[in-house]
Amino acid sequence: MSLDWLYDRKTRGLIFQIALLIGVAAFFVEIGLNTAANLRAQNIATGFGFLDRPAGFDISQTLIPYSSNSTYGRVFWVGLTNTLLVAAIGIALATILGFIIGLARLSSNWLVARLATVYVEIVRNIPLLLQLLAWYFTLLISLPSPQADVRLLGVGVSDRGVYLPAPVWQPGLGAVLVALLAGIAGAAGIGVWARRKRLATGEQVPAFWYGLAAVIAPPLLVFLALGAPLSFELPKLGRFNLEGGIVLLPELMALLLALTLYTAAFIAEIVRSGIEAVPRGQKEAAAALGLRPWQVQRLVVIPQALRVVIPPLTNQYLNLTKNSSLAVAIGYPDLVSVFAGTVLNQTNQAVEVILITMGVYLGISLLTALAMNWFNARMALVER
Amino acid sequence: MARARHETRIAWLKANLFSSWGNTALTLISLAIISIVVVRFLDWALFSAVFSGDDGAACNKPGAGACWPFIAHKFGLFMYGRYPDAERWRINLTYALALAGLVPLMLPHVPGKLWLSIYLVIVFPVVGFVLVTGGIFWLPHVATELWGGLFLTLVVASVGIAASFPIGILLALGRRSALPIVRWVSIGFIEFVRGVPLVTVLFMASVMLPLFLPPEVTFDKLLRALIGVALFSAAYLAEVIRGGLQAIPRGQYEAADALGLSYAQKMGLIVLPQALKLVIPGIVNSFIALFKDTSLVLIIGLFDLLGIVQQSISADPKWFSPQTAATGYVFAGFIFWIFCFSMSRYSAFLERRLASDRR
Repeated sequence: MSLDWLYDRKTRGLIFQIALLIGVAAFFVEIGLNTAANLRAQNIATGFGFLDRPAGFDISQTLIPYSSNSTYGRVFWVGLTNTLLVAAIGIALATILGFIIGLARLSSNWLVARLATVYVEIVRNIPLLLQLLAWYFTLLISLPSPQADVRLLGVGVSDRGVYLPAPVWQPGLGAVLVALLAGIAGAAGIGVWARRKRLATGEQVPAFWYGLAAVIAPPLLVFLALGAPLSFELPKLGRFNLEGGIVLLPELMALLLALTLYTAAFIAEIVRSGIEAVPRGQKEAAAALGLRPWQVQRLVVIPQALRVVIPPLTNQYLNLTKNSSLAVAIGYPDLVSVFAGTVLNQTNQAVEVILITMGVYLGISLLTALAMNWFNARMALVER
Repeated sequence: MARARHETRIAWLKANLFSSWGNTALTLISLAIISIVVVRFLDWALFSAVFSGDDGAACNKPGAGACWPFIAHKFGLFMYGRYPDAERWRINLTYALALAGLVPLMLPHVPGKLWLSIYLVIVFPVVGFVLVTGGIFWLPHVATELWGGLFLTLVVASVGIAASFPIGILLALGRRSALPIVRWVSIGFIEFVRGVPLVTVLFMASVMLPLFLPPEVTFDKLLRALIGVALFSAAYLAEVIRGGLQAIPRGQYEAADALGLSYAQKMGLIVLPQALKLVIPGIVNSFIALFKDTSLVLIIGLFDLLGIVQQSISADPKWFSPQTAATGYVFAGFIFWIFCFSMSRYSAFLERRLASDRR
């Protein structure tokens, strides 16, 4: 019998792949069987039934209604919303700060550029967890105790958190909201109209200002016409604590500070390299066409820099979201802290809890990757 | 001559700091920030700092700055963890053996890189492992529960990167393989690991790994963390190496095929040596990231440099003072910074050298 088939590339590839498939399957079957046996031996329940059982513990920050009678499933949603809250605010702040520092690194002012460089080199070379612990500690010792009753302009400050005035929903505010939505739709319409007009006639319309007016004016007019239907609940000193209003926990503030300052250093580097990647000739050509310096930046440099900047920027956003899981170290009730921490300890259902937690982060990453691919495809089409 | 130099300096100041009103304002704001930060830090770290004392009481006076005796008394703990005093020479010897291989390898024009690599990859790990764990010859065994401090940080980071290296190469090759199943398995692993936070991987390694194994197999806590860190780092390293593989011109692959080389020969002899050389800066950057990330092992109860500093701050009443924590964080931050900053400088140096090599 001829053994030629053994030396055929396709056959070899096929055999190798089948072997790999069997190996991977055997691996999962093996750990599956072991896990089942171990769980039985330790008398740990399996399945997702625990999600419907009452949790029996309190959570310090809940964006959705929650009490200690709520279920473990509810804990999951509380943790997830808390994670998303930190990620959303952190991303916004880190982007702003990162762009400022990135531009400062390119400043013609020698001192400003050096200062920005020093910031970047210090912050990104120290572990985030260390920065987080240090900020948390700094906040706790520098904020006053609730008994000191520090309140200013309706904002109360204590080491249990910063208490902001909470807007109280009153009849009529819905109409203001409708007016706001209508204003936003109007602004979008103005944008489309201005673009069409520019393409057709070459005439520039100050669309930004028109749009801004369209967003602000209608809700403001409705608000005033209805006699300002809005009141605030102000924080006041309770028996042990400040009470009332919207509370920003010190854990939340420390987490935001650490994530923002750390990620901003990386974003600054991305912004800097993106702007440096725009060829000098582009700026010179734009200037030669008679564009003003701000037009050169807005119409020529920034659109081209963004194409380089956006993929790594998205990566940093994902990093920030994943890094928000360090919340577990200071006890901010994020997904990992309350779900993969407290729920896991109470139910012992490590497999289900960890899989759900990982699944959430994985889902966020994959959704972002899909959005990025769509965005990149769009950006590439613009290229001529 | 002196006057001319003076004038150029003034011209430089004018051009770079005071070219316009806005620029002058920025300069003044920057000067204010620098002076406030520098003055306050110097005052805290030097002028108001406490330099001697045997417990926290010495630092517990109003207006006192950094509590340096805290660091001085705990220095051994921060560097070696609870590794027995009498055995610490073994760690130092291991460091010396590592440096003996690493330093000549990192310097550009030293010959014998191949032998140095073989020493570092094969000889040193065995010798180092025997030295720090002990239990054979006359060396007493030191349990990993006693390991800690900077030593543990270095162990986790370097074992993590060393173990993730072969896995990372296989994953990178797999992701670029023509065989669909191999490609999909690689992509699945890489994207899964890159999509989740290290904290959850560490949780998985510490909580789920024991469940995955037959009951008679038990793992040391450190080993579990190392497995988690190595798998995590492998996914990131795979992407770095893939970048190198993609940068190798197609002609190299085709030439290897034309010579009739097998897949292993083509990759091992032609493609990988060139690709890996290209991505050395990227590998160093991954190592920096991993080095910073090792601090996360404190969440699963291991005492790396940050973990042991944190524990000394929060759980040692003898050293309790208002400035103990700040001093501890500044010290740990400084050590991490020295390592990461010098490695990032080295990586930048390599990048420049590679760029000039290729010109």
